[in-house]
Amino acid sequence: MTAVTADAYEAAFDAAVAADERIEPRDWMPEAYRATLVRQMAQHAHSEIIGMQPEANWITRAPSLRRKAILMAKVQDEAGHGLYLYSAAETLGTSRDELLDKLHTGRQKYSSIFNYPTLTWADVGAIGWLVDGAAITNQVPLCRCSYGPYARAMVRICKEESFHQRQGYELLLTLSRGTPEQHAMAQDAVDRWWWPSLMMFGPPDDASAHSAQSMAWKIKRHSNDELRQRFVDICVPQAESLGLTLPDPDLRWNEERGHHDFGAIDWAEFQAVLKGNGPCNEQRIDQRRRAHEEGAWVRDAAAAYAEKHQAAQHTESVEATA
Amino acid sequence: MSNSTEWPLWEVFVRSRRGLSHTHAGSLHAPDAEMALRNARDLYTRRSEGVSIWVVPSTSITASSPDEKDPFFEPSADKPYRHPTFYEIPEGVKHL
Repeated sequence: MTAVTADAYEAAFDAAVAADERIEPRDWMPEAYRATLVRQMAQHAHSEIIGMQPEANWITRAPSLRRKAILMAKVQDEAGHGLYLYSAAETLGTSRDELLDKLHTGRQKYSSIFNYPTLTWADVGAIGWLVDGAAITNQVPLCRCSYGPYARAMVRICKEESFHQRQGYELLLTLSRGTPEQHAMAQDAVDRWWWPSLMMFGPPDDASAHSAQSMAWKIKRHSNDELRQRFVDICVPQAESLGLTLPDPDLRWNEERGHHDFGAIDWAEFQAVLKGNGPCNEQRIDQRRRAHEEGAWVRDAAAAYAEKHQAAQHTESVEATA
Repeated sequence: MSNSTEWPLWEVFVRSRRGLSHTHAGSLHAPDAEMALRNARDLYTRRSEGVSIWVVPSTSITASSPDEKDPFFEPSADKPYRHPTFYEIPEGVKHL
């Protein structure tokens, strides 16, 4: 490519982004844009499938058949979301095997939230309400992301996420209105999941490495702090309706700002979990690797069957024409 | 045999209800067409989004090049007379 045409391609890309048009897989795009998308979409896909683990932990112990069916459907949805995102990431020229390999060897990350354990049944509710709630707040603007396949995957995901959040809220509400023990269990889960959920929006704007460029490319539409504030404002009245409290003594309405003020987030904890020192980092990755390895024979058998079947079909068609 | 080549990629098209065309829903990996259909059902129609599914090997799709976009679609751009709004009709003429 000559310098002149490279400039023309870049100008066309910039113009498309500026005009709020979508970039599609075969369009020219800056390498850094492609790399940023692969990193973000891979991390997103990995989060969906690692996220199956903490909740799947409770499927066999769900308190009723109704709750069990709901939880299974939710965990299956998470697998589906991972698959939508993997195939969207593959449109950028990376392969599924490469993505999984990078997850298994720790070269690509997943959301730190899944490195916290699900200690009680109420955690399933807290994850639905808070973790999925935070995810939705993050994901709704991604439906307008400048990269077409990512935006389309997000539209599908957001539609399905709202069931996730509502089932979690309903679960917590049931516990909150139950026996004093059940109420305490719900409160304990919210106490443990609240701060990690706020961390899901990523570091504060002035410390976020990728934010400014991603905003310029319209991959991101709102800053981390802006989305975090939106989430806090949404949760406060929802917690009141639940009859539960949020574990932050500094949380209060600020008339002047028109938003809730909230306490300082422990970013040292965030960094520690990110670096691999959370309560469940090892367990999650080990489980993922084991599932992948133990499923190898199924993948091999299906491939062998397909090959054999294809060979047989080929013989048939040769015989038919002979 | 593990870590060998991955399953081929398939494009999935879903007809959401009778009377509508199949539209592209996304893609997936599967060893053969039959499994691609089953996987597509599980992946893209978990909430009754479809009454019919097509799966097509991604390698079978021939696409126009984005680089040639302008010259390729040029022939239709300069023919406004193909649109009804090109024609001036006196006011009051009905059903036209």
